[in-house]
Amino acid sequence: MWKRFVVPGILLASLIFSPLANSQTEKPKSPPPTEPGLDGWGRPIVPPPQDRKSAPAPKHDISGIWEGLGISGIGVLGATNMPEDGKPEHQPPYTAAGLEALKLTKPSNGIRSVLSSETNDPVFKYGDPQGMPREDLYELRTTQILQRPENVVILYQFNKVWRVIWTDGRELPKNPEPRWYGYSVGKWVDDYTFVVTTTGTDERTWIDRAGRPHSADLRVEELFHRVDHDRLELTVTIDDPKMYTKPWVALDKFRFDLMPPAFDVREMIWSPSEYEEYNKLMGNSAGDSENH
Amino acid sequence: MRKKLAIIFFALVCLLAFSAPAVAHHGYANYDTDRKITLKGTVTRWVWSNPHILVQLDATDESGRVAHWTVESENPSTLIRSGWTDKSLKVGDQVTVTVLPVKNGNPVGRIIDVLLADGTRLPGRVNPATEVKPEDTPKP
Repeated sequence: MWKRFVVPGILLASLIFSPLANSQTEKPKSPPPTEPGLDGWGRPIVPPPQDRKSAPAPKHDISGIWEGLGISGIGVLGATNMPEDGKPEHQPPYTAAGLEALKLTKPSNGIRSVLSSETNDPVFKYGDPQGMPREDLYELRTTQILQRPENVVILYQFNKVWRVIWTDGRELPKNPEPRWYGYSVGKWVDDYTFVVTTTGTDERTWIDRAGRPHSADLRVEELFHRVDHDRLELTVTIDDPKMYTKPWVALDKFRFDLMPPAFDVREMIWSPSEYEEYNKLMGNSAGDSENH
Repeated sequence: MRKKLAIIFFALVCLLAFSAPAVAHHGYANYDTDRKITLKGTVTRWVWSNPHILVQLDATDESGRVAHWTVESENPSTLIRSGWTDKSLKVGDQVTVTVLPVKNGNPVGRIIDVLLADGTRLPGRVNPATEVKPEDTPKP
């Protein structure tokens, strides 16, 4: 008797999952961007020719104004190479403590997202500094690198922050006072590869936008590789034995293109007052269920 | 026994039916990313700032109701690459805005597209979480 229900059941399931049944939910897509873009000085951005041939990479030189492709550095779902999208291969290798710490973070995007009004993301809730390595993993945009004999200074567009990476041979401090951006030292491992190690980051920061946690034992490695005159690649590796069973790559050969020396970097600052205004207009309205 | 099996079978089918929308999408938790609505109205406020630009407008939606809407898009640094500037809009402009609405029914949305009275189109971005591509660069 039950066989009578098999065919109707299959038909019913087919209709439910069919494109026809879901046609009213065809997903809106972003329209293509219009041109041209403008730099921070309001001058049109002139992209290089598609068939440009680059000169060889200069040795021991990662200086310049570097631009990621489009918004490829935005990291909305967390680390670009390990987004929190539910796929097993994108799950960092958490320890038991790491999984417990993950449960405490409430990001406002991704598969664990909460409404904007409920997030405890310190950047969004309080306007806290991103810290390291999140500065590389969320809103990584135009990045200026200045090289001096004693150190390398990196200037980030997002929230106009900078970091100093010491290249004078000093050791990383042991058991230091935590800093939002930690303590960084760097060295050349070959003529075109500059490796930076960062420790001592404040535990209040998140690894990325998805709320991956870290402990005070976090060690971040950034590998800057000058591919040729006009391209730089950045790889970021996370190493935190308390939270993760092994190191994992959060950003893999992120591509930067060299901008002209006269390129003015647009200011991009999330000021507390502007953020409060935004939350007042959007965060509560969008997340408030009392106005049904 | 057969009757029980039939009931279980239909229960499973129904469970799948109600769960289908739950696998539809992720991200941008506030927004219904599966549908869009179009608003025609007058700009009452224009905020060109971080974290996201905001436009407030008195608009008539597809059902004919007039409501005061607040819609957002990306930050200025992203939109400047798509033809927007701080002078793109002003209070009093007549606009047609296509948005993703929020799930709770409030007059709040995420801009897909703004069409100005002179025909200028200002594209927004639906969901960077699913649409970020390295090819999103200005083309000559």
